[in-house]
Amino acid sequence: MSTRRAAIVGGNRIPFARSNGAYAHASNQDMLTATLDGLVARFGLQDERLGEVAAGAVLKHSRDFNLTREAVLGSTLSHDTPAYDVQQACGTGLETVILTANKIALGQIDSAVAAGVDTTSDAPIAVGEDLRQILLDVNRAKSVQGRLKALARLRPNHVVPTIPVNSEPRTGKSMGEHQAITTHEWGISREAQDELAAASHRNLAAAYDRGFFDDLITPYLGLARDNNLRPDTSVAKLAKLGPAFGKALGDEATMTAGNSTPLTDGASAVLLSTDEWAAEHNLPVLAHFVDGETGAVDYVHGDVKEDGLLMAPVYAMPRLLARNGLTFADFDFIEIHEAFAGTVLATLAAWEDADFCKRRLGLDKPLGSIDRAKLNVNGSSLAAGHPFAATGGRIVASLATMLNDSGSGRGLISICAAGGQGVVAILEK
Amino acid sequence: MSDRYLNLVNSPIGSAVASRVGLPQPAVLRRHRAGDPILPGPAVVGSASGKKAPAALVKALTAAGVEVVDSAEGSVAALILDARSVAAPADLAAVREFLQPGLRTLAASGRVLVLGTPADGVDATVDASRQALDGIVRSLAKELRRGATANLLWVQDEASLASALRFFLSGKSAYVDGQPVLLGTGTAPAPKNWDLPLAGKTALVTGAARGIGAAIAGTLARDGANVIVADLTQAGEALANVANRTGGTSLHLDVAADNAPQRLLDHLAAHTDGLDILVHNAGITRDKLLANMVPEQWDSVIAVNLASQLTINAALLASDQLSAAARVVCLSSTTGFAGNRGQTNYGATKAGVIGLVRASAAAFAVHGGSTINAVAPGFIDTEMTAKMPFATREVARRLSSLNQAGLPIDVAEAVAWLSSPGAGGVNGQTLRVCGQNLVGA
Repeated sequence: MSTRRAAIVGGNRIPFARSNGAYAHASNQDMLTATLDGLVARFGLQDERLGEVAAGAVLKHSRDFNLTREAVLGSTLSHDTPAYDVQQACGTGLETVILTANKIALGQIDSAVAAGVDTTSDAPIAVGEDLRQILLDVNRAKSVQGRLKALARLRPNHVVPTIPVNSEPRTGKSMGEHQAITTHEWGISREAQDELAAASHRNLAAAYDRGFFDDLITPYLGLARDNNLRPDTSVAKLAKLGPAFGKALGDEATMTAGNSTPLTDGASAVLLSTDEWAAEHNLPVLAHFVDGETGAVDYVHGDVKEDGLLMAPVYAMPRLLARNGLTFADFDFIEIHEAFAGTVLATLAAWEDADFCKRRLGLDKPLGSIDRAKLNVNGSSLAAGHPFAATGGRIVASLATMLNDSGSGRGLISICAAGGQGVVAILEK
Repeated sequence: MSDRYLNLVNSPIGSAVASRVGLPQPAVLRRHRAGDPILPGPAVVGSASGKKAPAALVKALTAAGVEVVDSAEGSVAALILDARSVAAPADLAAVREFLQPGLRTLAASGRVLVLGTPADGVDATVDASRQALDGIVRSLAKELRRGATANLLWVQDEASLASALRFFLSGKSAYVDGQPVLLGTGTAPAPKNWDLPLAGKTALVTGAARGIGAAIAGTLARDGANVIVADLTQAGEALANVANRTGGTSLHLDVAADNAPQRLLDHLAAHTDGLDILVHNAGITRDKLLANMVPEQWDSVIAVNLASQLTINAALLASDQLSAAARVVCLSSTTGFAGNRGQTNYGATKAGVIGLVRASAAAFAVHGGSTINAVAPGFIDTEMTAKMPFATREVARRLSSLNQAGLPIDVAEAVAWLSSPGAGGVNGQTLRVCGQNLVGA
């Protein structure tokens, strides 16, 4: 059975907004629908029946069980376009690209949208577990007496709702606290983290200024740029911030609000198809999806340094490169999602560590260094923000545009995710 | 926004009051709706030569579905006079004789359309008599009531006559009043389907996110064009809605940016088989008395409203992205004719556009019979004019022969006509869509 190449035709996202800001009253469905409509407008897909739309959100209301399908029904796409939800934490966006690209490669569909959305502003709030159990018992009771008996168990403290928190169920630690340990274990300096953060803001601002995002963004609710972007930030300004995570490390705490991504709202979408479908629709192909790989680490029981919560891409990457016979030198652009500056730097350090690479990755020599001039050249999550499931789509569409702008080349993507997971992928022009 | 005064004087009580105290009585204009005939009733067609109306004219009208009659029996929807033979002052009496009886029976939103021969500078008597028609039509337009209009076609060549008749007699020209248009030589093929004259054409409209630009995009799409709607990235959300309503595609483009022509050419090369229709609609205002104007207010208006049109036109003509028989329509303004206090910068650009199309006509004509024209809107109800102070807006609305503001669709209809294959003989001209604005008309 022959496979086909999945083309990246283009993308669309709404500007990312810091939590409880510009999109405070927008729901996941609102943002995803607007993002799909912007994509439809850019590529003239009104009433077009696509093969499928795959999307997801990390923070989701229970009523949004069919979030993506509902967004399609609210969009200007043909309502005969099927859709499904995907959830792989921060890997969601890239995973939807892999899933749809695979279906295109296998000949099951000719076109697809891969997307992601997240809001930490319009977050689901649930009643506490005790109250939930009581209410369920009231519902189950068959008599007035039974219902009263169940209600009699109500206590004043039951009114406190459960608000979702950015923490791992198995450790109770937030993502930042996990990364603070990893950052510290790998000996990543505060200066290196601040430099990476400053570069992210500088690169993103420059990209906006030269119109790089003109074909990638559709403004939403009055926002035309990511509002986390601080074009005038500098290493000196970032150095003044106090630690936000790993405070237990005392003087050795290095992670601040400046070198960590803030909670963010936003959505992104990528249009994929076969080359033939794109040609039929008079749409140029930006790049092709080559391959993807997912990895996971046992951050609960594993080594405190080498199995950090956000270290899974470190393990997925050598498998992906080996399967495709490539090394870092074969890539023109490398996109490593900046969950925290420490995540990127610990990942790079691991790939340069001969002992680690031999023991844990089974390599004779280090996987290698990454030329910083190729890394996140148009900024990444530290500047843009990180609406969890929307980050993958942001990176794929931007990277495909970079490859198209340079005429040829290869691009590499690495995204870490909660639950000790990571997704990596290759694009080429 | 709705014109409350217009609605009021068209109610039974409002109408009675307005008529007794002598207030202006704007009519609800006949505007084109899908499936409407060109005219809702018969047209009296005559000739100033004393002979019968020429067969070619009657044939063109009949082909357009117009019921042609020789004299007014009851209500008529249009009076069409072929006055091309007028060559001496005495010939003008025939114009009066033809028009007089019909005026009394002209229906609401009726049409008076006069065909003349353009002056050619050969003979003073002939030219004076021909030019006199312009004064008759402009004055008659001011005399007509109930939404009726009078316009003049200078027929140098009949190629564009069929499409001009359809435009000027139908509701598409509702807000064009007292205007002359020269129908010159040019290739003006009849479309396969007069309801879809732009079928298969690729059009690009700048400044299309809202107001007049959005209406133009919708009207070109209605007429069959594939429309690329362009506007600033900042307007992208509204722009996407326009694209999705019109079944078009959106393009974020700052027409004043240095790289705009190249970005436009790259987009056309990647996404189209060439551009057939370009509408330079993007425009800004930075109103200030000249005495107080800062350089930025001057420069930005010049850059967006005028310089961008020149550079983009030059780039398109030098590229292989502009199709043969292309149509370019530039947005001017009645401010370009009459001036406006506080708008020296804007007035400069809008008068500049009139000069631009006049001077560019020849270059476009040799590009496979392409044309370039301008449309000059008068007072149009848009989001922009809705922000004017109430009294100023109400006064401005009444300052035209039609006693009301135009709508974005009125401008869009004129743009769509000039964008159509059938208007190939119209080149280098500026058509006012202003309800015969009393200021500088």
